[in-house]
Amino acid sequence: MILLRTVDLRKQFGETKACDGVNFVVNKGEFISLVGSNGAGKTSLVNLISAQLKPDSGQILFEDKDITFASVHERIKAGIARSFQIVNLFDALSVFDNVALSVFTREGKTAKIATLAEHDQAVRDETFDVLGRFGLRDKSSVPAGGLAQGERKLLDVAVAYALRPKLLFLDEPTSGVSTRDKTQIMDTVSSVVRAGAVTAVVIEHDMDVVFRYSDRIVMMHEGRFLADGTPEEIKANKDVASILLGAPLSA
Amino acid sequence: MKADVSRISYRPKLALAAASALVLIVLALLPPFIGLYQTQLLTYGLIAAIAALGFNILLGYTGLLSFGHSAFFGIGAYSIAFLLRDAGIHSMELYILIGLPIAALASALFGYICVRHTRIFFGILTLALSQVLYSLALKLFWITGGTDGLRVPRPTLLAGTISFTGAGAFQRFIDAYYYYVLGVFAICVVVMWVIVHSPFGKALQAIRDNEIRAAFLGLRIHRFRWMSFLISGTFTGLAGILWAPLNGLTTPDVLYWPFSGEIVFTTLLGGFRNFTGPIVGGIVFTYLKTYAVATTEYWQLLLGVVLVLLVMLLPTGIVGAISAAAKKLGPNSP
Repeated sequence: MILLRTVDLRKQFGETKACDGVNFVVNKGEFISLVGSNGAGKTSLVNLISAQLKPDSGQILFEDKDITFASVHERIKAGIARSFQIVNLFDALSVFDNVALSVFTREGKTAKIATLAEHDQAVRDETFDVLGRFGLRDKSSVPAGGLAQGERKLLDVAVAYALRPKLLFLDEPTSGVSTRDKTQIMDTVSSVVRAGAVTAVVIEHDMDVVFRYSDRIVMMHEGRFLADGTPEEIKANKDVASILLGAPLSA
Repeated sequence: MKADVSRISYRPKLALAAASALVLIVLALLPPFIGLYQTQLLTYGLIAAIAALGFNILLGYTGLLSFGHSAFFGIGAYSIAFLLRDAGIHSMELYILIGLPIAALASALFGYICVRHTRIFFGILTLALSQVLYSLALKLFWITGGTDGLRVPRPTLLAGTISFTGAGAFQRFIDAYYYYVLGVFAICVVVMWVIVHSPFGKALQAIRDNEIRAAFLGLRIHRFRWMSFLISGTFTGLAGILWAPLNGLTTPDVLYWPFSGEIVFTTLLGGFRNFTGPIVGGIVFTYLKTYAVATTEYWQLLLGVVLVLLVMLLPTGIVGAISAAAKKLGPNSP
């Protein structure tokens, strides 16, 4: 079942074509990796789908509804959430508050002005459940700004996950962390996402991580899709190998 | 045994309530010991604390620096002067009941215009709008009394049960009004504490820390900023309502931009990154200004030096510095 579909999506910055007629299909339940060299257009595509950028032309359909010009708020309500390449947290707030805010927002409780946030037992329970899944329960009272980089990456994903999205975009969830932490982060993220039946699209550079965790891999190059297939198909694709090795593409 | 952190703990709140009650009792017991003048000064201090408390939901919790909060203070003060002159109302409760919605309405309007912008643009817009009101107060002298202002005689308190006429009226007014302001101040502190610890308050802090991420949680940024502005302006308006009868007169000075600067100064002095900072700042600034004015004709220079030293040496304000020192000296310090 198709969850998201982009039709001839285009975005240009000056002479640079960030998205050059992209037709991207995401099926429900998939764990997709979006790969490609720097400037291939991966983050631009995610920015277009999550409403951080407006497309020059084309269409974005989510559950068969046209969301091309929907606001960020409307897309989140529809079930699209994202994390960010550079960790984007509320540093002065506690780890608990970072995740609880997602739950409050999803439940439409952020306008509550006369009740104490920490006295909402339902939100509390769900927040601790999410923190437990991401291994951050013991850090609940620590300010987000005081976490180690690997924990910050996990919290970044947990904040997006707590929105209970149908489609979750993760922009380089393992960038800037050690190789050992990468595996731990991806193990946690992939198991939580799969257990929660969330469809995920991950932008990732580390091909070991990509081949290990993905159901499907999509490779972008100069704003276009160069390859789309299972990890085995991608491994066998000569164009992908050329891009990864920096060699010219096959004719 | 390790406590279950997922259960709500009431112990810290009970400790906080006990400490707050103790402070309130001390404040309530003070007047007989400090005399009339100090009681009057402390009343001014509590009013300044209410204004700063309101201002800080915008600065400390939402991350927006307004240079125009004199507008709401002035609207509060002038609204009761008009109620007295044009409607013959003498009741403090009616002043509050009618003046507060007026201040809220003005805040809602100003906020609607200003919150679409942030940083310097927000600050300049608030400053410009407040100066429009200042100009109107000066120029429309047949309505506002111009530079002479409008007199605000002593109102009745508690639905007319306490009035102040005859011999010793001033002393009785100061004594009673102190407790009246203290009561309103206590209510304001509780209300603001609940607001900043509510889901709404958490959302404001999230917007302050990271506007983009907050938007990607689905928070409607402008709406939250507008609400914060509205609450902030209304609190500051309430401070203006309480101030006018104590001062006995309201003039365009309370609408002028240096008065907005004083509200900013007050909040910085106490510390805008903690809840109690503006309260301490309000009281300390009142005493600082009073004694600076009494000490030298160059009192603005003195306050300017204090502000420079404050920014350089105590950027987190008095309460911020005390908290940092307490953490260092605490049992878990390294």
